[in-house]
Amino acid sequence: MTMVALTRRNLLATGGSVLATGLLATGASGLLLPARASGLAPTESMSGGANNYRKGAAIVERIGKGGFWMSGTVRRAGDGAPLAGQRIQIWAHTVEGREHEPQSHGATLTDKDGKFRLEMPQIIPIFGQPHGHLAYDSGEFKTVFLRPVMRSAKETSLEAHFVLQPA
Amino acid sequence: MAIGVPVALAAASEQLAWRDPVYIIAGFAGIIALGLVLVQPLLIGGYLPGLSAYRGRRAHHWIGGALVLAILIHVAGLWITSPPDMVDALTFSSPTPFSPFGVTAMWAIFIVALLALLRRRLGLRPRSWRIIHIPLAIVIVAGSVVHCLLIEGTMETISKAALSALVLAATVKVMIDLQVWRKRRTPRGESAAQQ
Repeated sequence: MTMVALTRRNLLATGGSVLATGLLATGASGLLLPARASGLAPTESMSGGANNYRKGAAIVERIGKGGFWMSGTVRRAGDGAPLAGQRIQIWAHTVEGREHEPQSHGATLTDKDGKFRLEMPQIIPIFGQPHGHLAYDSGEFKTVFLRPVMRSAKETSLEAHFVLQPA
Repeated sequence: MAIGVPVALAAASEQLAWRDPVYIIAGFAGIIALGLVLVQPLLIGGYLPGLSAYRGRRAHHWIGGALVLAILIHVAGLWITSPPDMVDALTFSSPTPFSPFGVTAMWAIFIVALLALLRRRLGLRPRSWRIIHIPLAIVIVAGSVVHCLLIEGTMETISKAALSALVLAATVKVMIDLQVWRKRRTPRGESAAQQ
């Protein structure tokens, strides 16, 4: 039983990583050379990352009843310095609501080390993949939308990392 | 059995608790569509007991129509659930690796259904029809199976893999039994005069 489940998951993960590698490789060929000269390359928005985005989600202690952790870091392109006080918006299809519904959205700020962590309801698969959405869209740096995918729908946390470049 | 078990196990999925009716209907339309894709080669190969070749072909036509309807419900339901995700899928720009396989199979199904409707009017001879239908049938089967296997949703893993394996097996068997790669003068049920 587990064998089949693992195989399917591996297949999914492999498919995802092949896709990611492809994207990184194409991204890298264009970005690596200029980026090397100035250090850390900026994060590109992910395909589908902006889907069901609602601009201006409020900063909250936690989204809904919680139970799931979304975390990550925000750094500056080039020198990789942590960026404090940056607003990161988070939304997903969860046990408490659909992706586009207001109660599924919230925002948090990075601490002095550029880290953020927001509790939210358990993410569940929508459109065939358990995934979350994150946005940096505050103007000072270039807007970035991320769409990280969970390795399994049973996981209770997810990470996403931003490297921002000036707008 | 092969179709009922996967549908029943999906109906027992805990994921359904977090979905609204439109999304649930869209998902099940997709599962039923895969079941219909299994029925099609069985009908045309004459593997279902109690159906004459003629009746099998008639049923194949009707099931083809039902398949189109199931796909339309699947796509419309997902569109209502999340328009931007569906637009990404239909324009082959979605981040999900399984979407292009499903959309490709969808177009293949629509083309086959449309040509089947217009077959007489276009004056397509049986041989020309086979040359069109068989490659598209392979695209439909392969696309549908990959699409479904890569999705993490309500379907239970083992029954999903089993249904997919049966779809592939039935397709391969009917292609071998009917020797579809051979040029045949008198295909089943067609008169030689039409050639």
